[in-house]
Amino acid sequence: MGSPPLFYRWSSKIMPWLGILAIIFLSIGLFWGLLIAPTDYKQGDVYRILYVHVPSAILGQSIFMFMAACGLINVVWRAKISGMMLKSAAPIGMSFTLIALVTGSVWGKPTWGTWWVWDARLTSTLILFFIYAALIGLYSSIDDKTKADRAVSILSIVGLAIIPVIKKSVDWWQTLHQPSTFTLTSSPSMSPDMYQPLLLCVIGFYLIFAFTLTLNLRNEVIDRERSKNWVKQIFVN
Amino acid sequence: MNPLRKQRLYALIAVLIGSLLATWLVVSALSENMNLFYSPSEILKADIDENVLIRAGGMVKQGSIEKSKDSLNVRFTVTDYQNELIINYEGILPDLFDENAGVVVRGNLKTDGSFKAIEVLAKHDENYMPPEVAKLIEANG
Repeated sequence: MGSPPLFYRWSSKIMPWLGILAIIFLSIGLFWGLLIAPTDYKQGDVYRILYVHVPSAILGQSIFMFMAACGLINVVWRAKISGMMLKSAAPIGMSFTLIALVTGSVWGKPTWGTWWVWDARLTSTLILFFIYAALIGLYSSIDDKTKADRAVSILSIVGLAIIPVIKKSVDWWQTLHQPSTFTLTSSPSMSPDMYQPLLLCVIGFYLIFAFTLTLNLRNEVIDRERSKNWVKQIFVN
Repeated sequence: MNPLRKQRLYALIAVLIGSLLATWLVVSALSENMNLFYSPSEILKADIDENVLIRAGGMVKQGSIEKSKDSLNVRFTVTDYQNELIINYEGILPDLFDENAGVVVRGNLKTDGSFKAIEVLAKHDENYMPPEVAKLIEANG
């Protein structure tokens, strides 16, 4: 896994499976959630946007935690592949955070009556989006890839502090955004025929992440190792 | 783990602790400014100037909504189950605005103790269920 040629060969085998599984989970989850799941007693059909909003928000945050873990491995063990992984994951996490912000806005207009409000949950999520942007900007401003990896790794550890703030914002302060429906301590305040499709969507979104991450990482590996023999062998034949 | 790696690990942990600490300091310095709105009790306790725009929030009291027949004027009471605030508003209400539902209003506290809102936002809770289940719960009290 640590060796680029090995990763390149191994990932070409696993990628189609990730893609197929992602399509299966997402098509079942979205079809079930958007068309079959019951309407909500209060919000009617509008609540169905959560089948996209909730998975994107979860991914936006967990991709950042994944990146911080890559950052830690990159700084402490100097594993090159972890730096490439961090770099490859950043645009995906940023996209999911953007999707969460946009779908949340679209959901807010018909329910709350506003596209945006500066409450703690919304603002902290916007900050996460800016941290992603800063990370990508920092990476591309340093020419030496090893140095860029290290700088971005440290920034990912610094940025990690926003994650608990986002997570707990709805409990610590009064916000317009409602508190979490799913908690570790109590049973979900959503009926099972609504959260079962949501679970499939969340798994589907994770699979999309795994798929796009592998795709980006393969490009990154080829780009960085372009002068090596094993890359030449692949592309000459 | 060799000493060099251990040293880097400790440095990173220090960075993380520093970052968490800085975030915590910022957040606690902002303290109540992190709240989007005040409850009626907090507003009644404070001495708020008539010209200052504030947000108040709470539950719409049951049976308190009075809608004007020939205009968009509406008057309702917001409660935190301890204190109440009478809100006057002219405009379109969000779909989810209802009795016993959360609401956040923005406007001025008048000297007579009433609240003139220029914006009313509905707050929904974290519960999701089909209408039949909601009816059953209501029927069973």
